[in-house]
Amino acid sequence: MHADQRCVLTGTHFINGDAACCEGALSAGARFAAGYPITPSTEIVERFSARAPQVGGLFIQMEDELASSIALQGMVWAGQKSFTVTSGPGYSLMMEHIGYAAITETPCVFVDVQRGGPSTGLPTLPAQGDMMQARWGSHGDYLTIALTPNSPQECYSLTIKAFNLAEQFRVPVMFMMDECVGHMTEKVVIPKAEEIEIYPRRLASKPPGEFNLFEAGEDLVPEMAHAGEGYKVYVTGLTHDKRGYPVLNPKAQHELVTRQFEKIRRAADELTIVETEEIEGADVVVVSYGITSRVAQRAIQMARDKGLKVGKLRLICVWPFPEKLIRELAPKVKALVMPELNMGQMVLELERCAGGKCQVISVPHAGGTVHKPADILAAIERGAR
Amino acid sequence: MPKGSVAITTERCKGCGFCVEFCPTHGLELSSAFNAKGYHPPHMISAEKCSGCNLCGMYCPDFAIFGYKYPANKAKGEAA
Amino acid sequence: MSTTDFVVHNPVEDLLRQDRVPTIWCPGCGIGTTVNSFAHALLGQDIDLSKTAIVSGIGCSGRVSGYMNLDSFHTTHGRAIPFATGLKLANPELTVIVYSGDGDLTSIGGNHLIHAARRNIDLMVVCVNNMIYAMTGGQAAATTPGSSMSTTTPYGAFEPELNMPQLVDAAGACFVARWTSFHVMQLERTMAKALKKKGLRFIEILSPCPTYFQRKNNLGDALTAMVDYKKRSKIKHGCHTWETALEPGGDIIVGEFVDREREDYLTRMRRQLGSHYSEFPEQTEEEISEGACSEC
Repeated sequence: MHADQRCVLTGTHFINGDAACCEGALSAGARFAAGYPITPSTEIVERFSARAPQVGGLFIQMEDELASSIALQGMVWAGQKSFTVTSGPGYSLMMEHIGYAAITETPCVFVDVQRGGPSTGLPTLPAQGDMMQARWGSHGDYLTIALTPNSPQECYSLTIKAFNLAEQFRVPVMFMMDECVGHMTEKVVIPKAEEIEIYPRRLASKPPGEFNLFEAGEDLVPEMAHAGEGYKVYVTGLTHDKRGYPVLNPKAQHELVTRQFEKIRRAADELTIVETEEIEGADVVVVSYGITSRVAQRAIQMARDKGLKVGKLRLICVWPFPEKLIRELAPKVKALVMPELNMGQMVLELERCAGGKCQVISVPHAGGTVHKPADILAAIERGAR
Repeated sequence: MPKGSVAITTERCKGCGFCVEFCPTHGLELSSAFNAKGYHPPHMISAEKCSGCNLCGMYCPDFAIFGYKYPANKAKGEAA
Repeated sequence: MSTTDFVVHNPVEDLLRQDRVPTIWCPGCGIGTTVNSFAHALLGQDIDLSKTAIVSGIGCSGRVSGYMNLDSFHTTHGRAIPFATGLKLANPELTVIVYSGDGDLTSIGGNHLIHAARRNIDLMVVCVNNMIYAMTGGQAAATTPGSSMSTTTPYGAFEPELNMPQLVDAAGACFVARWTSFHVMQLERTMAKALKKKGLRFIEILSPCPTYFQRKNNLGDALTAMVDYKKRSKIKHGCHTWETALEPGGDIIVGEFVDREREDYLTRMRRQLGSHYSEFPEQTEEEISEGACSEC
């Protein structure tokens, strides 16, 4: 289906990434959000609190991030699309409810505009230090989907993508922005509503009595019913059977957890969302994501100017990690270079998938600003030798 | 002629004794018999006094007993 | 019954998920008793039960949502109120009841309780207070009175206990009451009254925990606790909530303490926003694909 034109601010805008993310959420059909102010994410909900009432929605500023991250799930089970927005310290508090969304298969979006950490860290300065947290932050076994935009335009379009994936797989989706992308102001083109594809919620196709809230078909994604629709839904964070009833034994645990894993795993190809440039025949490929990919672009150009064969691989969907792509790429290159605004997080996945078939060179950075292109260039030159 | 009676699902009973204690007509006692889980469910000892007030049902934490009134014009003489 | 020509039926059964009974609650646990009062109160209302949701946190009382044949949400520890807040705001047609325990609602979830009362969100919050963490095996709670014994206060508790009605009253709830699980009829009437009100309604119910609280403190069995509630309770409707503190062996002040009119969250929001708030009627798929005016 298409976006509802009443929520779409069609036109060409000069706005920052945070504002673009807000418009993306509205275009995706989210009219409800819960949040708690935290730099550098706050502009998203500031804008949303002005925009949502215009379309019959609301933003509620909760008492903390624990509350926001579960209030948004109440909104989803009431039949709405919803999201929350935060940065590192708040994201840590939300981990409990990312797990709840995973086990209850609640489609929703968590936006994390990353700043320097740990703890209060660098409130106003960029980092990409929450990448592993986006995958492993909550206890227990679950899989998430995480997207990383590198421009305000992508903050708009990938937010819509995040909501679509959440609905398609009935999972919480992590939208991993960073301070630079959030506060960067650029041209953002919002298309006409009829040009925006929206993945509608997969609603119960059977009547109450015949429908099971956690019974999945072939694609392992169950249909959904909401409160107030007569289905008498039963939603619990305990391990449950297809009706949603708690069943606390190894068999039920195995069935639930493996299905929830498998529904994402088997979509690995579909979820390999990357941007590539000249990776065929390259000696070195720079793998990056978010704001770092824009600095990497400069370093790649500098290396090419020196006659090196350098390719670019930008991860747009970082979780699930594009494992197959890296396994195929690694034997064909001398080195994979990964700059990131952390002390080396996603590079661990890159090393795992490269499996020793090529050099993997990490270009870590503690955050607070972006890399110097020269540092990435030095790594490229090292890899090309 | 009793005004009502009680219905007991003995297998749900956990033998707390709330119904016996708070029956306004003192018409119940815990049986010496066991249910499948080993609890002593209640039984009526003076069915003729039962008013069917359902106070036993209001107190029962296990939904194992409730009282009901006979229709006014067709009062029955037997207990459940 | 030999010749019944009328149906013998416990109306409470209609509100229970039959395939989930018997409950996990211990013999003599008072939580099930409170459910009877709740079920009768709910059935006596002109409320569409298919549009009624019950939300719980974690703990023994947190299991109530899972036994009710309503839309049931068993959330994380302490977070029943914020979940219910989201549910209510995103679908104001729903009647939303939060049913949970003292540890869940006042300790780990205490801040949410305060802010729900402050906002006067249209929720009915039922707090079953057994004065101990029972599900985890009898640890001291914020509500454990005086020098009571628990598994984490082996020499007797020494933290002062929380007075819930005073807290919730101060934070702005429009209705605050307390009963015990002995007061089944009064509790039903209070719940019925609370169900009709709009705003944050808070009902505390003292309830025996024979397995932990009573046993650890040599207070006899559940029945002894119920008889004790009967003896010690003093009904004081409308009394100041600062006079309702619970003391070991002292009077248990019960009744409806606060019943005031105060705009609930959504009413106040609509009034404040005025013309900034636009209704958003559901569109059909055709209307959406037509996309009449994509320039606005």
